[in-house]
Amino acid sequence: MTDRMLVATRKGLISFVRKNGGWSIARTDFPGVAVTAALYDKRDGTLYAMLKHGHFGSKLHRSDDEGRSWAELPAPAFAPDAAGAPALFQVWTLEAGGADEPGRLWAGALPAGLFFSDNRGETWQQVSALWNVPERAKWFGGGYDDAGIHTIAPDPRDSARVFVGISCGGVWETRDSGGSWSLLGDGLIATYMPPEQAGVRESQDPHRVARCAAAPDTMWMQHHNGIFHSTDAGATWSQLKLPGDDFGFAVAAHPKDPRTAWFIPGIKDELRVPRDGALAVTRTRDGGKTWDRLTDGLPQKDAYDLVYRHGLDVDDTGTQLAMGSTTGSLWVSDNAGDGWQLLNAHLPPIYAVRLY
Amino acid sequence: MAEVHFTSWLRQVVPDGPLRAEGATVGDALGALFSERPHVRGYVLDEQGRLRKHVCIFADGVRLPHQVALGHGIRRESTLYVMQALSGG
Repeated sequence: MTDRMLVATRKGLISFVRKNGGWSIARTDFPGVAVTAALYDKRDGTLYAMLKHGHFGSKLHRSDDEGRSWAELPAPAFAPDAAGAPALFQVWTLEAGGADEPGRLWAGALPAGLFFSDNRGETWQQVSALWNVPERAKWFGGGYDDAGIHTIAPDPRDSARVFVGISCGGVWETRDSGGSWSLLGDGLIATYMPPEQAGVRESQDPHRVARCAAAPDTMWMQHHNGIFHSTDAGATWSQLKLPGDDFGFAVAAHPKDPRTAWFIPGIKDELRVPRDGALAVTRTRDGGKTWDRLTDGLPQKDAYDLVYRHGLDVDDTGTQLAMGSTTGSLWVSDNAGDGWQLLNAHLPPIYAVRLY
Repeated sequence: MAEVHFTSWLRQVVPDGPLRAEGATVGDALGALFSERPHVRGYVLDEQGRLRKHVCIFADGVRLPHQVALGHGIRRESTLYVMQALSGG
């Protein structure tokens, strides 16, 4: 079971450790600065943090000594072009490349640029083939002014095959490390579009996609309009019907069991809060046929907690979970979500949690 | 040479300000300064070379309009302040 956790918040990077069975804050780095993404690279033990200074832009910091010291590196940057290239607003997700690609990192941004580094973040290149797909003309912002990339999921069987999720720009796959891209997503439905365009793949808003590490063709999606499931690596999707709310942002996939996933429901998009103030996690353990509503240890009245896209994580065993809310509450579960323990209710708004 | 002050928010980036820089415009002076300290550039300008949206510049006591700030002419004895615009939060 994991015993460390990165919590990326509106006011800094807060690192938790578990000792003698209890979690506590070990360090706070970058106090006062928004940390929009954080990564522990288990291939070499490096920590990365993407900062967003309100005034001075997004910055990348790296630590080679478990957070005791950090160095600033160049952040991903949009290539100039004649049409007027954008500036990086924030990095929304930071992911490690495959086990056979030491030093390879992927960064997904707002606006929806995809970037990679092959030297542990020392230098970055934009993936121009995705930026130049003609469908990008139909992408639009979901919650932000511009479309953005929030999900990057390399296939553990083939590092050149990478799945990407864009709000709002659908789901995409490359099989050649970014050189060319295919638009996936048959079966997704967008009810915020005129009815005849509800199935247009490049207009979909996949809030977040999680991939089963042991069965990478299995993916779970929290979409703006519900929960979808794919067993062919994102090519086709089926909408799953839940007894309760199916709106939300976060999803976690069990790393070993392709039938198990977790979601955090809220009332659909006009409200985005837990129904009746009662926070719950929904879990399926049979591929989406039936669902458990897990509430033990979670507030059941007056809760306004919303868990953002990267605010839910599961460890490599599938038993330890963590989630952090926009209200600054942080919970962990040691039993796959059956029960939850509140670690802190007074943190800054939480953007991302990562167990390691 | 113009004297360039930076907001205290950037004290970790420019710990030894104010700095001195040569240039006929704000952009020229900042460019000269960035050539000596390349890591400061990304805090003031975006990757396309535009003044960041929530950075504002005062020249000789006058807050410069954002769109024309970099092209604003300055004198050898001008005093510049690079500040955070409160629009940025």
